Amino acid sequence: MRIKHAVLTLWAALVTLPLLWAFMSSFKTDAEIFDSPWTPPATPRFDNWSRAWEQASIGQYLFNTVIVVGGALALTMLLGALTAYCLARYEFPGNRLLYYTLVAGMLFPVFLALVPLFFVVDNLGMLGTYHGLTLVYAAYALPFTVFFLHGFFRSLPGAVAEAAFIDGASHAGVFFRVMLPMARPGMVSVGIFNFLGLWNQYLLPKVLNPDPDHYVLAQGLAELAVSRGYGSDWSGLFAGLIIAILPVLLAYVFFQRQIRAGLTSGALK
Amino acid sequence: MRHGKYRFLVGALIVPLALYGVFVLSPYVQAFQLSLTNWNGVDSAPEFIGLENFSRLWSDPLFLAGLRHNGLMLLVVPLAVIAVALALAAATKGTRVYRVVYFFPQLLSVAIIAVLWQFVYTPNSGLLNGALSALGLDSWRRSWLAEPDLALWCVIVVMIWSSVGFYVVLFSAAMESVPEDITEAAAIDGAGPVTVFRRITLPLIWESVQVGWIYLGIAALDGFALVQIMTVGPGGPDNSTEVMGLGLYRSAFNFAKFGYASAMGVTIFFLTLSIAVLLLRVTRRERVELA
Repeated sequence: MRIKHAVLTLWAALVTLPLLWAFMSSFKTDAEIFDSPWTPPATPRFDNWSRAWEQASIGQYLFNTVIVVGGALALTMLLGALTAYCLARYEFPGNRLLYYTLVAGMLFPVFLALVPLFFVVDNLGMLGTYHGLTLVYAAYALPFTVFFLHGFFRSLPGAVAEAAFIDGASHAGVFFRVMLPMARPGMVSVGIFNFLGLWNQYLLPKVLNPDPDHYVLAQGLAELAVSRGYGSDWSGLFAGLIIAILPVLLAYVFFQRQIRAGLTSGALK
Repeated sequence: MRHGKYRFLVGALIVPLALYGVFVLSPYVQAFQLSLTNWNGVDSAPEFIGLENFSRLWSDPLFLAGLRHNGLMLLVVPLAVIAVALALAAATKGTRVYRVVYFFPQLLSVAIIAVLWQFVYTPNSGLLNGALSALGLDSWRRSWLAEPDLALWCVIVVMIWSSVGFYVVLFSAAMESVPEDITEAAAIDGAGPVTVFRRITLPLIWESVQVGWIYLGIAALDGFALVQIMTVGPGGPDNSTEVMGLGLYRSAFNFAKFGYASAMGVTIFFLTLSIAVLLLRVTRRERVELA
């Protein structure tokens, strides 16, 4: 019993210590960071945070991320739900073919698409733009969303939709007013899954978003860390790191059960 | 009710299908075409050179280094993650609060994890060397990411660190659905905890474990973000942390060898597919159903 708790505590420490240490370091001066990695700051330096936010553009990166991820998430959920619904509830020639073509997108590593994708986006004049990144994000989130919601729409009872049709509802009306509300639990799970997946993207923005003014958070932070190298504004970088972690941490504190359920149910599908 | 069905279907499907076709499907198809050319992005018509890119890959020391390192990740990461996660999942039975903490790294971008661990490994002011000094192990201090023998292992440790929590949650959810009366009956019959775990719990949660093998196997062929952000070069001292994805990125976006880079992409695709199929076959078990 005692060994069990020791092991559990040890892993908890391994997970939390680097994060707590980074949090503490974000309030230290550069000199304090170099002198002793363990000692807390003599006085907490809140100016590290404001320097990261303004001079290191973390605030701008956060804003960019919210725009791109927000747009892509809304687009993915709307188009994904609509596609999944049509393929799950309507018989038409080519239905199976479309479904498997869409779902096949999950099997391919993004690395395979990377080079041609760069030129597709470039030829459309969308490199380094909000809308370019938004559309690409949505397109790559679509296969899993369709796959997940397809099963969900299949399992919904047909009687309610039949009744709505008899009452004179249109096809779109049935989808938006009857079926979509019934699919809410599935939408929440896949929405959480997509939100985190898109929020944390690194490879796609690294290739498709070369404009520093439009960097997303993870990308901008990584560029700062790589380009500054050793010896420059460490405390500001620590503060930027913590600012980048905080939104996700806050979301996790409030929705931790839903987030864990959403992510793991996605894996088992 | 049925009138207007096709109008609705066309209206609903045209945008998502166009989006998917332009940004997902067509790049995947083009990658196969490009991999057979020597396109450098400037010439209007790429020259067809057959399989030459692929044969050059096998004598490209950098790509072979990447292949070797991804191979090592494939051997180490899934096994380590699943072993640790199974042990922790079994141990957290009844104490859920640990799972809440363990899961958190799963929510962080791999780029953020890379920056965090770059700080941890920093020689003079990093957490790791600081911790070793605090424990009186000054002789163990290293420039972790600067030593060719250590750098790749440092990256592997980060991969394990960031994945374990997710599988703890996945496996412990599966373990909760194993009925207590079966494990209790086995215990009454004299089976020790290890036997119960091996003969009863593990077969009943095998489906989750199989998912873990496949996901982790596929993830082991990546490593791009960690290596690119954490290690110098990027690619580490003496290319000791080179991975295939980094080679692809460099060939395409630093050297404009787009045909060659696409051949790497095609190779990565076939490797990923083979690993997934292989792991699916190797981990296949008779499915145990509970009546």
